Amino acid sequence: MTAFPEESFVTPDGRTIGGVMMEMRNITLRFGGVIAIKDISFDIREGEIRAIIGPNGAGKSSMLNVISGFYNPQEGDVLFHGKKRPPMRPYQVARQGIARTFQNIALFDGMSVLDNIMTGRLTHMKTGLLEQAIWWGKAEREEVANRRKVEEIIDFLEIEHIRKTPVGRLPYGLKKRVELARALAAEPKILLLDEPMAGMNVEEKEDMCRFILDVNDEFGTTIALIEHDMGVVMDLSDRVVVMDYGKKIGDGTPDEVRASKEVIDAYLGVAHD
Amino acid sequence: MPDQVLFAMEVMLNGLMAGVMYALVALGFVLIYKASGIFNYSQGVMALFAALTLVGIQQGQVPFAHLINAVFGTEIHHFGWHLPAIVAIILTIGVMIGLAILIEHFVLKHLVNQEPIILFMATIGLAYFLEGVGDLMWGSDIKKMDVGLPQGLSEFIDTTTYNWFGYGFFIDRLDIAATIIAAILVAGLVAFSQYTKQGRALRAVADDHQAALSVGISLQFIWVLVWSIAGFVALVAGIMWGTKSGVQFSLSLIALKALPVLMLGGFTSIPGAIVGGLIIGVGEKLFEFMIGPLVGGATENWFAYVLALLFLVFRPQGLFGEKIIERV
Repeated sequence: MTAFPEESFVTPDGRTIGGVMMEMRNITLRFGGVIAIKDISFDIREGEIRAIIGPNGAGKSSMLNVISGFYNPQEGDVLFHGKKRPPMRPYQVARQGIARTFQNIALFDGMSVLDNIMTGRLTHMKTGLLEQAIWWGKAEREEVANRRKVEEIIDFLEIEHIRKTPVGRLPYGLKKRVELARALAAEPKILLLDEPMAGMNVEEKEDMCRFILDVNDEFGTTIALIEHDMGVVMDLSDRVVVMDYGKKIGDGTPDEVRASKEVIDAYLGVAHD
Repeated sequence: MPDQVLFAMEVMLNGLMAGVMYALVALGFVLIYKASGIFNYSQGVMALFAALTLVGIQQGQVPFAHLINAVFGTEIHHFGWHLPAIVAIILTIGVMIGLAILIEHFVLKHLVNQEPIILFMATIGLAYFLEGVGDLMWGSDIKKMDVGLPQGLSEFIDTTTYNWFGYGFFIDRLDIAATIIAAILVAGLVAFSQYTKQGRALRAVADDHQAALSVGISLQFIWVLVWSIAGFVALVAGIMWGTKSGVQFSLSLIALKALPVLMLGGFTSIPGAIVGGLIIGVGEKLFEFMIGPLVGGATENWFAYVLALLFLVFRPQGLFGEKIIERV
């Protein structure tokens, strides 16, 4: 894949990539005197897999936290579906249909896999507190419908065998998968993955890659991910943003980015002659 | 059967009933601790406040009457109505929910991400504040609580046991009512936290704030919810204790009896609060009955604390508390 058309188009492997869904415009994020993100702009288009890469400390996770509302940038705007988003709390962003996973896995350790994934459906459950307390009629029907959806996702990610296991007991790779399942359960418009393959062995990585591609392909979910493994990123993503020291140093298709001198310098270092 | 055994049985039964009363108080602590990691020192005062409010509303007392009269030189004390118990209870539940909203808004919201010890200190402040407000609102005289709960000797049990053993057990009907109500309350709470979406959200917040936020749970809402439920449990405890010994300011000290119960049962377990309460209740009554005479009595004052101390040495997480296991 080389050039990336402006209009919506169909990729060679048959996926449709639409217009701009989310746009980051001149985002600057500071922590006291430290500038984590410096005047970065990029967009995420409907149906694509967008990667954010960069060396350690480049500000990738901060960027993801800005998108998901965990940080509010001092300058710049976040536009969702063309509309400027006011400063929001993370739970409000989640209710807009933006789900995420965390670099260090944030699951509810005391709850079963099933319950963990069910929490992902919370934004879809509309019955009020009283109806829930009585648990009759609408509340029960809603629970059943949501449960069905969750079972679909469990099948999809092949974790049927651990449904009732408390999450705290699972090995790392499976925890990552449960976290993905919880985010997917929200049927998000945009799925944010913070290093979905960190700390995994080759086999687990291959599984995870397959799941990410399948999610994008089957549900048409827009995905933005951070990843260190260059091979993985180049294979998975449609477009890549490259960050270094809080600045954007590259943006384009994997081939374009790979050919960029600035990117090569950032990753391999500059020759001092 | 020998009289001594029968008497011991009666003592044990009474202990169980007393244990239920302790468990009711402990339950309020567990709820808040589970959901927000805060040890709520003010739980006992909340029970007092709820009881005061209930009696005040029921008897049509004008809140802040003394203050209003002092400022405006008026002489109002009563609205002149006497509400049915059920109406007064519903209104009091409303007040407790309002209180939860105020606590979230003025205290908890500003202390997000603070150390547990700071939150604990805040609840101590809250305890004194509530005690003061309770006094100012409803006056400090001892009040009689009457919401129609049965009281006095249960003649049915007395006669039945007399027919069986030739010895009638003295069981207070209030204790029986308390046991039934506590059982319903616990079953309800467990079902709520296990099967409803709010219950699930509640457990999620208790487990991991960040993850809870990422699935769209509002921490504020959950805190208000938890404090409202704790307020409701406080009201139930307040009604029981208030009916038993009158609504007076020493009611807030029942919180101290809940501490050993929590150490026994574990701070994070609802069944633990119940079992812990029962063990303490039975333990202290039997101990007083059997060992008491040998050491000059009054063992009920310290037995629970010594038992709790032993638990702290040998099983610090309590009977049902979560053992802290770190995956390395």
